[in-house]
Amino acid sequence: MSWFSKMLGSSIGQKLIMGVTGLFLISFLVVHCGINALIFMNDGGQTFNKGAEFMGTNWLIRTMEIVLFAGLLLHIIKGYSLTRQNLNKRPVEYAVSAANKNSKWYSRSMGLLGTLLLIFLIIHLKHFWITSRFTDQITGGHITLYEEMKIIFSELWVVVLYMLSMISLGYHLLHGFQSAFQTLGLNHKRYTPLIKNTGVIFSILFPLLFALMPLVMYLGIIK
Amino acid sequence: MSGNMNITLKVWRQKNKDDRGRFETYPVQGVSPDMSFLEMFDVLNERLINEGKEPVAFDHDCREGICGMCSMYINGRPHGPLQGVTTCQLHMRSFKTNDTIVVEPWRAKAFPVIKDLAVDRSSFDRIMSAGGFISVNTGNAQDANATPIGKEDADTAFAAAMCIGCGACVAACKNASAMLFVSAKISQFALLPQGQPERKSRVSKMVAQMDAEGFGSCTNTGACEAECPKGISLSNIARMNRDYINAQFTSQQM
Ligand code: SF4
Ligand code: FES
Repeated sequence: MSWFSKMLGSSIGQKLIMGVTGLFLISFLVVHCGINALIFMNDGGQTFNKGAEFMGTNWLIRTMEIVLFAGLLLHIIKGYSLTRQNLNKRPVEYAVSAANKNSKWYSRSMGLLGTLLLIFLIIHLKHFWITSRFTDQITGGHITLYEEMKIIFSELWVVVLYMLSMISLGYHLLHGFQSAFQTLGLNHKRYTPLIKNTGVIFSILFPLLFALMPLVMYLGIIK
Repeated sequence: MSGNMNITLKVWRQKNKDDRGRFETYPVQGVSPDMSFLEMFDVLNERLINEGKEPVAFDHDCREGICGMCSMYINGRPHGPLQGVTTCQLHMRSFKTNDTIVVEPWRAKAFPVIKDLAVDRSSFDRIMSAGGFISVNTGNAQDANATPIGKEDADTAFAAAMCIGCGACVAACKNASAMLFVSAKISQFALLPQGQPERKSRVSKMVAQMDAEGFGSCTNTGACEAECPKGISLSNIARMNRDYINAQFTSQQM
């Protein structure tokens, strides 16, 4: 497999890892958002809890959870090392830079946006993943994920943090979505505009839906 | 002279590659708006020589946008504020009188400064010698119509071949990545029948050399395409990625 590891070690190969894991994480976002959106049924969490129950017990989903964590870790570690490597490629910085004239700030700030998302993820996992997977051990009794959500989203700072993080997510996706396709070599007069437009819609729609969840719970719109 | 401009130049001066370097400020008076940016430097250098000082070293050759030598990072942008031109094609009318203009060399690990504004771009040459050619026997020229080439392919290949190897893409990129240059040099052959025999080995070797030279990797910010004086398209990078992946997976070598 030496050719394979050589390929993945090259500049293009490392980008490939970022693109493929990125697209995989995007697919997870869709599922995650879909399940969570069940709270909008506004039925006291009945449908949502069923969905959460299914996600927590189905063997295929549980296996994919491991793949998901692996993909996430790879994306984080590769992203970090690539950012560091690339910083070394210009030992002396420019005194004057007009980078905003030739590129979008968020396309140049993927490392920063990613770091913000990582911080958010750690807090988020502590809030929900640990609770949903180990709740019985922690509380001794059974508390549904929906109840847990209501408790956590009753605090203003949490709601604000979640909403700000979704802005980071939006910008991260705005560059990442179309960038992944370019990295994979998919650039075509006919399809690239479609990919770019889908990326824009995606990066607005999903973070917005996610951001609405803590908000409606905090405001008591959803009981 | 009426209509002429007075400007202040802040120029990077560096004796040699080991010198730390610093900015020097030079007022330049009576600059004609119709001068090119390099002619303005000629005026300054003539004055410096008359004063017994060391003139500013900068690369230039054709002065008509085809050789790619005139590397200057002007007010934070390679080749200055205009799009689609090289420094030699930039005129002083793009600035206002009393402007302060900051001029720096290309900054990249793979482009070390030789002196002042002149940088060593031989890393590009080494990438080209790694595979940026086709191997054919010399002899009589073939009949022009012996190998039919589709118009669209010919046009796209020609657009890629417009690259003059100036390095503005590297200079503009936050990662100092050379992927726009390398992908243009790969595409100009990959699209033509003559480039097919060595297509896979070419992309493998050129990418390997690019990495070895210490260029960064592409994060698709698009800064290169926006600053390229020849309008080389990002779609060339996608083609290179495609060719590279394909070459690695299907190569007969173990
Ligand atoms: S791709 Fe454009 S900017 Fe880069 S070397 Fe070629 S002509 Fe210059
Ligand atoms: S001097 Fe030749 S391109 Fe500017």
